[in-house]
Amino acid sequence: MVGKKASQWIQQIVFVGPATLFFALIVIIPFILGLYYSFTDWNGISKTINWVGFSNYTHIVTKDPDFRNAFWFTVRFTVVGIIITNVIGFALAYILTKPLFTRNLMRTIFFMPNMIGGLLLGFIWQFIFIKGFAAVGEATGLSLFNLPWLGDRATSFWGIVIVFVWQTAGYLMVIYISSLNNVPKDVLESAEIDGATRWQVVRHIIFPLIMPAITICLFLAISWAFKMFDLNLALTNGGPFKATESVALDIYNEAFTNNRLGLGTAKAVIFFVIVALITSVQVRLTKSREVEL
Amino acid sequence: MDIQKRYGVRTLILEIIVVIVGLIFLIPFYFLLVNSVKSFADILSNSAGLPQAYLWSNYAKAWTAIDFPTALKNSLIVTIVSNLLLVLISSMAAYQMVRQPSLFNRILFFVFVAAMVIPFQSIMLPLMEMASKYRLNNSMYGLIVSYLGFGAPLSVFLFHGFVKTVPLEIEQAARVDGSSRYGVFFRIVCPLMQPMFVTVIILNTLWIWNDYLLPSLILSSPELRTIPIATYSFFGQYTKQWDMALPALVLGITPIIIFFLFMQRYIIEGITSGSVKG
Repeated sequence: MVGKKASQWIQQIVFVGPATLFFALIVIIPFILGLYYSFTDWNGISKTINWVGFSNYTHIVTKDPDFRNAFWFTVRFTVVGIIITNVIGFALAYILTKPLFTRNLMRTIFFMPNMIGGLLLGFIWQFIFIKGFAAVGEATGLSLFNLPWLGDRATSFWGIVIVFVWQTAGYLMVIYISSLNNVPKDVLESAEIDGATRWQVVRHIIFPLIMPAITICLFLAISWAFKMFDLNLALTNGGPFKATESVALDIYNEAFTNNRLGLGTAKAVIFFVIVALITSVQVRLTKSREVEL
Repeated sequence: MDIQKRYGVRTLILEIIVVIVGLIFLIPFYFLLVNSVKSFADILSNSAGLPQAYLWSNYAKAWTAIDFPTALKNSLIVTIVSNLLLVLISSMAAYQMVRQPSLFNRILFFVFVAAMVIPFQSIMLPLMEMASKYRLNNSMYGLIVSYLGFGAPLSVFLFHGFVKTVPLEIEQAARVDGSSRYGVFFRIVCPLMQPMFVTVIILNTLWIWNDYLLPSLILSSPELRTIPIATYSFFGQYTKQWDMALPALVLGITPIIIFFLFMQRYIIEGITSGSVKG
């Protein structure tokens, strides 16, 4: 007979062991190794790995225009992307919680792009921008569609934003819809009786009440936008001339094109610190504005 | 009466606006489908209109060129096996962490949650190094093991939140009746956790099915390619050969769109409950 203590130990190992093992092997150990490698001149090929102190980090901050460009591109893209996708996601949710005939069909349509992964979406939209937009421009004569889409700095930036919004707005819409459905009808009705305009109702009643959903949607959109890789790779591959290279893509290129893995891991550590900071600040900020009914 | 009438007109206007926006959302699918059955010359000269001739053979060519059956099979194996193992190990871990909140388990849970902010890029390079050292690279096992490790934090977190809502009394009654803890977990707690199983499986399916970077780093043999990798390498070979590329893309998105149309209700529910707790 197994003692009580021993059987408790066995239970602990059986229940928690497998998940902890895989998690440690795949996430924790590589993460710690990455911290170590970021202080070395590791290149993946030579046997000797030398400790170089902070020189990778000082190199990135002072002598690496590619990383700086990638960083600014990612920041600009994140700010523009999250604002537009949240505004559209909320607007769609706001309209689609009204009693429309096509409500369910429209929800399906807006959500559908989200099923497709960034890589395939990027390729599909490459065709749309190159051939589709040109055809629309020819048919309508609108100069907007005759721009060299994906061909220069500005159009590639907006190209990625458009695809990002097209892909993610429907997901945020779903979260906003579930939150809007929880806003009590009587509060809205009494506001209307008191003579509040629609915008006042949205601004002063709906927004505070759906603050938890806004927190979640901002959090999700920031994390998608800041970590964007697949879409970037497939749609522009960072081009033209690295004008649309995200940080994630820059890390990838540093490691697999330039073979400077020590430098790549240092960039990845910086990337991690920024992602962790942004998400925790953002959650704290919006959480403090949540209102309980 | 007056208010009722105004309300109706307003709703109609909203309905028209939303339908127009919906059609705009669908335009990319129109371009994709309609051009996938055109000849190359037809695509170049007439990309907006309907095909002059429907070349269904484009699909046959793309089907063999990307070896679609193999890619589909690989994607299915990776997604299904990873999902089943992931829900099993994460629900067990979460259950133990909630029911035995020792200091060790509380710290462990904190580490799992904290690790959710780690982006893949931050573990990617050392992981590749380890994978080649321990022969995890270029194999399905290696890929599945990676998904188990990288997917565990979110899954454990979601199950953890759910187990807390399962009433302890039912379990205690079963224990009194002589069930072991394993029996209690599999026969009583698991059935109660069904909604969360669905949520976790949906979220992980969307992630794993569409993931490109991890499998592209781990798998190198053509016969192991999943759909995203097969599509990517196909694009490298047939750049701008749209009559081959577009049908390949349609094939690539078809399985997940079918999955969506059949599972829509569960997917929407899964996303809502998965995010509310995030």
